[in-house]
Amino acid sequence: MSEETPDTAPAKTAGSGQDILRVENVSKRYGAVTALTDINLRLGKGEVLGLIGDNGAGKSTLLKIICGFQPPTTGQLYLDGQPVNLKSVDHARSLGIDAVYQDLALVNQLPVYVNMFLNREPTTGGLLNVRNMKKLAKERLDEMGVRLPSVNSLVAELSGGQRQAIAVARSVFAQPQPKILLLDEPLAAMGVKEGTIILDLVQKLKEQGDVSIIIIAHNYGQVLDVCDRVNMIQGGQITFDKRSADTSATELTDLVVAEYRRALEERQQEAS
Amino acid sequence: MGSRVSETAQQDTGLGTPPEGGKAGGAGTLLKQAGGFVLKQRELTVFVVAAVLFIYFLFSSGQVNTAFIGQTNLVNLMSDLAAPIIIIALGEVMLLICGEMDLSVGFIYTFAPFIMYFAVQNYHLPPLLGIILGLLMGLVVGWVNAFLTVTLNLPSFITTLGTGFILWGIVDTTSHAEPAQIPASTMGVGKFFTTEQLVNSTNWTTIIWAVVLTIIMHLVLTRTRWGLHTVAVGGNLIGAREAGIKVNRIKYGNFMLTGVFGALVGIQVAFQTGSIDPTSGQYTPMFYSMAAAVIGGTAMRGGVGTIIGAFFGSFVIALMEDGFNILGVSANPLPIIYGSVVIVAMIANVQLTRLRERGRT
Repeated sequence: MSEETPDTAPAKTAGSGQDILRVENVSKRYGAVTALTDINLRLGKGEVLGLIGDNGAGKSTLLKIICGFQPPTTGQLYLDGQPVNLKSVDHARSLGIDAVYQDLALVNQLPVYVNMFLNREPTTGGLLNVRNMKKLAKERLDEMGVRLPSVNSLVAELSGGQRQAIAVARSVFAQPQPKILLLDEPLAAMGVKEGTIILDLVQKLKEQGDVSIIIIAHNYGQVLDVCDRVNMIQGGQITFDKRSADTSATELTDLVVAEYRRALEERQQEAS
Repeated sequence: MGSRVSETAQQDTGLGTPPEGGKAGGAGTLLKQAGGFVLKQRELTVFVVAAVLFIYFLFSSGQVNTAFIGQTNLVNLMSDLAAPIIIIALGEVMLLICGEMDLSVGFIYTFAPFIMYFAVQNYHLPPLLGIILGLLMGLVVGWVNAFLTVTLNLPSFITTLGTGFILWGIVDTTSHAEPAQIPASTMGVGKFFTTEQLVNSTNWTTIIWAVVLTIIMHLVLTRTRWGLHTVAVGGNLIGAREAGIKVNRIKYGNFMLTGVFGALVGIQVAFQTGSIDPTSGQYTPMFYSMAAAVIGGTAMRGGVGTIIGAFFGSFVIALMEDGFNILGVSANPLPIIYGSVVIVAMIANVQLTRLRERGRT
């Protein structure tokens, strides 16, 4: 049922210099638990890839490997065709990979403008350039159309949607601009209206074509429209790879339903 | 310069505690307009409490209390009582903000002057080197505390309780639980740390140290990446790690800083009192500093705290100790007051936060 099996994935990308990122035969084990068994994934330049799958399928684990938060147990990442071993989040960032985590990685006790620059604060002579931070934070949020009382507000005072927008803005507007952007459930905390802020932004970035994006989404219906291609991850493997134009929310739903049926049957068999 | 200062003030409002902005009391706004050294709402409250206590003791007898305002007492209040609490609190505040604490710092304080004594008296090392070795011991104990807490992943309450006991035993074993004399050769260098023994009762040295270190640490907390990352680590440990902040380095650094401050205070007090006492320090300065931090608005849950608040919190404690003594009131019930003040301050912290959150939803 998958158009592209893991075995053929490297073959398909070989020779095409287009891919900005390739993940080959990546597995991840935590002690006895295997989160990823054998992942093969490619991301084209300027492409928006939707990565969907059930809770616990390994989506976030894969994201944390690609952004340098944790190393894979086995397998290899290729950036622009070159093998890379990401040592840390900072290292990945220096190579142009940036992630917005599902938990957002914001500090409630710090104001918006500080969170916008967390771990990338501009300094002058060792002291923070606060004026600059505030000015840039305001400009960037205005550009995105995010409404806030003030960039001096503490993150604790904001709504879920506002927080999400700040986390996304932080990565999108990072300097130098990231080449690969990973968004983990960017619409999770948002209402329909707030969600359009993020989807608009992704659309805008897509039109500019400088950034390649992976969007992890549990609710694929929301992201299908902005994605060029969709991968489904099941049981630690990519089991589905189609262009968005060639699939539909209905087909994806059928796949998920089929997975539930299978799981249910297995459960009933075990019981009998 | 005026606009520069007020800019700094605005920035300060953003860190650690909520920005007061328009919501602040008139006093805060006035100060801000004056372009002076502006305090956050919370810090202002503690400052007012300290000021009220000062005025109370000054006029409590119905007229100006000349003993209280005399230079001898002011030196006692500031250099002998407040300064040690302040300097230790500076480290504790940084640790509490990043989600840790140090119960051993008082024993670092006890041990540091002994290190100096052994180095100079027994090993005939130069006095300055003896002092540096004392400070270095604080750094090493801080590193050990961090190693046990961060690398071996134990609660800092336990690790520093343990290292505190161990230092206690080391001090009593090496000193035979006997006080030692300050080696005469160290007095020249000692002047840099405190001058009480040399120019009696005009000793402003330790309070000057405390004020300078307070200003430096306030800048570190509010105006440097180190300070922001300390707040981030205490406020959201996983998030800080995801943002690429080296959280272990932040914790190691703050443990080691606290250790050095503890050692510095121990050496200062030794020079100040003219003797190296194995019963000096121990738990008391640590408890006072924690109390000062809490009175100043530092939360135990991490992510929230202020250096300036702890500075005035230290004065609240020092003023009570000194003032009641001047009034001839027995010091015996004082800890009851300290305890009550700490609890009231914490209730105020929690309730004010709750009110603010209710106000916005």
